[in-house]
Amino acid sequence: MTEVVISVLLLMGTFFVFSSSLGILRFPDVYSRLHAATKSATLGVSGVMLAAFLFFLFEGNMVSGKLILGILFVLLTAPVSGHMISRAAYRTGVPLSERTIKDELQKRYKD
Amino acid sequence: MSLLLHNVIWLCMIVIAISILMLLYRAIKGPSNPDRAVAIDTIGINLIAMTGLVAIQLNTTRLNDVILLIGILTFIATIAIAKFLEKGVIIDRSRD
Repeated sequence: MTEVVISVLLLMGTFFVFSSSLGILRFPDVYSRLHAATKSATLGVSGVMLAAFLFFLFEGNMVSGKLILGILFVLLTAPVSGHMISRAAYRTGVPLSERTIKDELQKRYKD
Repeated sequence: MSLLLHNVIWLCMIVIAISILMLLYRAIKGPSNPDRAVAIDTIGINLIAMTGLVAIQLNTTRLNDVILLIGILTFIATIAIAKFLEKGVIIDRSRD
């Protein structure tokens, strides 16, 4: 029974990681690629790490705190790195996609 | 380890390997430098997931330090690349 739970968590995590990679391959510009990269990759790696934690808990009777710490670390650092990359991209003048409707940040960087 | 978990782990490894190949295409071709930075950051996250799968497959707990180490190194590398792309230097003394 526990193997079914572990398998479902692994498949869910792999699906989210794969969808994030597909988004990075297919989206039109940097800012939407960052949207795909930070959120769903974090959710996918959380699923895989949770599956590994449950596997070591039921197979070896061992509570591995480092896996939970890994989830927490990815959850903390993914938005920070995404924000830094997007700020660097906007300040160095990477163009937006031609389907972008509104650019709210343009009047603040006019000077 | 049962047959179900064995097959699921092999399927997940193959899917994550395909995902890393797709990100490698974006990291090589990418139209601008921030595209490459995003792709390399996500390659690091995929490597964390792959290490977790290898740890379940080999039934060992010695790879848990590797998971933390890959996470920390990926974060520091991404911050360094972003600051280099923005200002041209990584460590500067002026406070702005």
